[in-house]
Amino acid sequence: MNNDNEHKEGQEKISKEKSLNTSINYRQVFDDISSKYTSRRRITNKVVSIVAIVFVIGAIIPLGSILLEVIKNGIAVISIQFLTQPPGSIGSGSGGIGPAIQGTLITVGLASLIGAPIGILSGIYLSEYAPAGSAKGGRERAISFFANTIRLFNDVLTGLPSIVIGIVGYVTIVLAINSFSVWAGAFALSIIMIPIISRVTEETLKLVPNSLREAGYSLGISKSKITLFIVLKNAKDGVLTGVILAISRIAGETAPLIMTILGTSLFFTSLTGPVDALPLRIWRLASQPYESAHAFGWGAALVLILMILILSASLRIIARGRGIKVRTETI
Amino acid sequence: MSKIVMNSVVIVVMTSLLLTGVVTMSMSQRSFAQLLPKQMQTPGQSNINGAGATFPFPLIDTWRVEYQKVKPYVNINYQSIGSGGGVKQFTAKTVDFGASDAPLSAAERAKATGAVHIPETIGSVVAAYNIPGIPDKGLKLTGPILADIFAGKIKKWNDPRIQSLNPDKKLPAADIVTVHRSDGSGTTFVWTSYLSNASPQWNQTIGASKSVQWPSGVGAPGNEGVANAIKGSPNTIGYIELNYALQTKTPYAFIQNKAGKFIEPTLESVKQAAADVSAKGLPKGDASWQKVTLLNDKGSGAYPIASFSYLLLPKDLGKSPNMNEAKAKALVDFISWAITDGQKFASKLGYVPLPDPVVKLDQDTIKSLTFNGKPI
Amino acid sequence: MTSGSVHINTDIKEKVSSFLVGDRKRRKIGDKLFHGLVIGTAAYTLLIIVIVVVSVGLGSAKIFSYEGFIGFVTGTNWNAVEGRESYGALPYIIGTLMSSGIALLIGVPMSIGIAFFLSEMAPSRLSSPLSFVIELLAAVPSIIYGLWALFVFRFLIKDWIETPLYNTLGPYIPFFNQAPFGLDVFTAGIVLAIMIIPIVSSISRDVMRAVPNTQREAAYSLGATRWETARIAVFPYGKSGLLGASILGFGRAVGETMLVTLIIGNAIGPAAIPTTLFSQSQTLSSLIANEFNEASSDLQLSALIGLGAVLLLLTMIINVVARLMVSKMVKVSPGDRE
Repeated sequence: MNNDNEHKEGQEKISKEKSLNTSINYRQVFDDISSKYTSRRRITNKVVSIVAIVFVIGAIIPLGSILLEVIKNGIAVISIQFLTQPPGSIGSGSGGIGPAIQGTLITVGLASLIGAPIGILSGIYLSEYAPAGSAKGGRERAISFFANTIRLFNDVLTGLPSIVIGIVGYVTIVLAINSFSVWAGAFALSIIMIPIISRVTEETLKLVPNSLREAGYSLGISKSKITLFIVLKNAKDGVLTGVILAISRIAGETAPLIMTILGTSLFFTSLTGPVDALPLRIWRLASQPYESAHAFGWGAALVLILMILILSASLRIIARGRGIKVRTETI
Repeated sequence: MSKIVMNSVVIVVMTSLLLTGVVTMSMSQRSFAQLLPKQMQTPGQSNINGAGATFPFPLIDTWRVEYQKVKPYVNINYQSIGSGGGVKQFTAKTVDFGASDAPLSAAERAKATGAVHIPETIGSVVAAYNIPGIPDKGLKLTGPILADIFAGKIKKWNDPRIQSLNPDKKLPAADIVTVHRSDGSGTTFVWTSYLSNASPQWNQTIGASKSVQWPSGVGAPGNEGVANAIKGSPNTIGYIELNYALQTKTPYAFIQNKAGKFIEPTLESVKQAAADVSAKGLPKGDASWQKVTLLNDKGSGAYPIASFSYLLLPKDLGKSPNMNEAKAKALVDFISWAITDGQKFASKLGYVPLPDPVVKLDQDTIKSLTFNGKPI
Repeated sequence: MTSGSVHINTDIKEKVSSFLVGDRKRRKIGDKLFHGLVIGTAAYTLLIIVIVVVSVGLGSAKIFSYEGFIGFVTGTNWNAVEGRESYGALPYIIGTLMSSGIALLIGVPMSIGIAFFLSEMAPSRLSSPLSFVIELLAAVPSIIYGLWALFVFRFLIKDWIETPLYNTLGPYIPFFNQAPFGLDVFTAGIVLAIMIIPIVSSISRDVMRAVPNTQREAAYSLGATRWETARIAVFPYGKSGLLGASILGFGRAVGETMLVTLIIGNAIGPAAIPTTLFSQSQTLSSLIANEFNEASSDLQLSALIGLGAVLLLLTMIINVVARLMVSKMVKVSPGDRE
């Protein structure tokens, strides 16, 4: 515990630019007064620096190539018709991916409706009702054990391969209601969302100063209201980034959808029927032998990537504006 | 100031997401109507879900589009997930009709009681290849050679057994890469049945099924995936349905039939195999079709690797959880249309239209379908 | 603020405070209800885990009783032909570990190099937009990596990397001796590496940034070079975090489905055990994706869910280890930010 606080203080105390300057100064000073630099060490340093730069370039090239190919091939097919029409007969190159766009919005929307409230509330529980720390009494120990179990299980859930979550969706919902359905897909996606949102909410709420809570208590406000109207309100941007992070994560999931929503060439019909989704459509189009299908696949990929990058970029812009730390992965 | 900017960013993103949703929905009035409660929908509006074989997919997908021109209020949705999947989803009643290239086995029939087979088209499987230097169709191969290639026993393209059949062709000294289906598939069933038929050794070690344990090679999903893998890589050979080979312009082999002739797979040569078998008489729709085979037909002009493709329906449509009477009527009407008027789209897509006796048989089967005991 | 708004504010304040404080009895009930609600939602996580374990467990019970757990995990056959059924997961466990291992071998050094560049070398003018781009790339769905790999990358890798390796090393080292095809375990490993680099490098960068600057200053003051500083002051301090990030990337690679299904070559049975770097193979998740909708017999379906159970165990172990390590590094306690 103590140790952690030290880390934290270390991070907070020294603002980045200041420290960078100091360190460079030190170095320059030593460079001047001592001739401890041997040429071998200098060369090692150079080599490592060059290798690091090569790695950066090596990583940027394929990643850049992906974006470039998607944009180049995708733009060629994008049109109003492509975005709004159901697909024409296969290989004909007519029609579009309307049902896939609509299906992604519906499935992801429904998953968020299930996942966001549950994730936020469970994050509230972990932060406000069962804070980590030394437990004394038997009851407190029990609560702390329960909360730690949930934290562990949240971690386990975050690491579950999405294909396994798909199996769960198939076994519990598709087989139960005898139909591939939006529900099964949304349920499976919500399993991916909940631990992410819960973790981010917990961490954000913990950053709300205790003095605010204490001020609330001293005014005689009930705990639930302090939590909702003071703590949560103070942390709402952080919680929002958590939700967006989770949405951008599930919008591109494919594996669980294969076994839950199946895919269709029709627009949405009912929550208990199959729907289409962009990642699913890309997967099916990619294995067709027709050029026109591949072109459609790239177009669908462009739409999907735009959706996710817009979400993800706005998330980071919000976060940066408010000084919130966003992790790429909830660890 | 920055707070205002950030707030507006959030609002813009959220509204644009919402708007996209609304716009895509309202673009199709049909879909908007479907959001309304059932009673308020257009009377007779029916959505029919099917899944299964990839082989008839281009034909059924064309039917989907063409049938909507005839009956605008019936929406067909067919997902090509493979014959194995078609049978499984049909048995689990998660779809309204299944489609499979292989007839139901005894075990499958026991689980899907009251299932009827409706042959909806005829297909053949070809050995498609991509050999540098041989851009055209017409490499000559026999059943035993194909079995040895897929078993990994013949490893090079210039193997003497292949070369001696094709003295006029310059075969490369490259390794053969076989491409097979990675998903359970009726095409695989037809292909491995043929190989089992042609090579006793294949029959003993690997056998015939919708998915078998391939001794070597690359797996790709769907006819599409296999055609794609062959087209994309030199020195490959794989099995795909004739229509996929025709449509993707992939070269394919001429295969020796029972009469000893090397036969080019064409609509004509496949039709010959089908005509012979249907002349001999076919089982009733609700009987077992396991014995029906178009493989290795005796006719001198018949292509040896052909098969019916079947639609699977429950005999009593009322037993399906997602069915109502109007939908059952729509489904039956669609299938009656598909086996008659729908057949005119077959040739253009590389399928063999059903011979008349088969159409007659299908019509009898359709007449026998009921909804909760009542004829439809 | 004008005086008008102050007036309104006090008015609202009264109403708000009466709403917030309320009367004691209602307050207690409201508190209890809310407490119950949050406990319930937290417990939902437990319920999900139970659902996952039960549905995977029940679904795979049949295959484990048919083959035995050890028999299933060590078996190499995958035969669905009626009368010859035999299922084993070993080739796909090997395929999974090998493709993810390649991804780890290539991806982790690169990621740490990138993190080193971002946190120790680059001026903030360069490092912050670069970090932004890399974080965005972490959000690109894996299906898009798969699409690119299938249509673009596999030809490049075959012509520029695999074929030269095969021609030069193939005759001498059996590990390289298979004519490359482009759809194989090597390609899958490389593309997985490309996929995990954004994630692993941005976590590693966070970890390295969290190292207090006093550490660096101490090293620099001794006259250490930039690299020496990283080696003696930054890496040891952040090693558990870096290790955690790597294992997390490994976990991602192990569980990845769509990308692998498109490019690993989907071999089956003993043929799926990669004997060379350019062998076609199969992973646990790709076989599930390939056959799940197609499985025609109950036993085959159960065997596929059994693969899911093996995958579940594998990733649970990997993730718990990773998270234990990383949470040691970055932990926040309530009220820290004052």
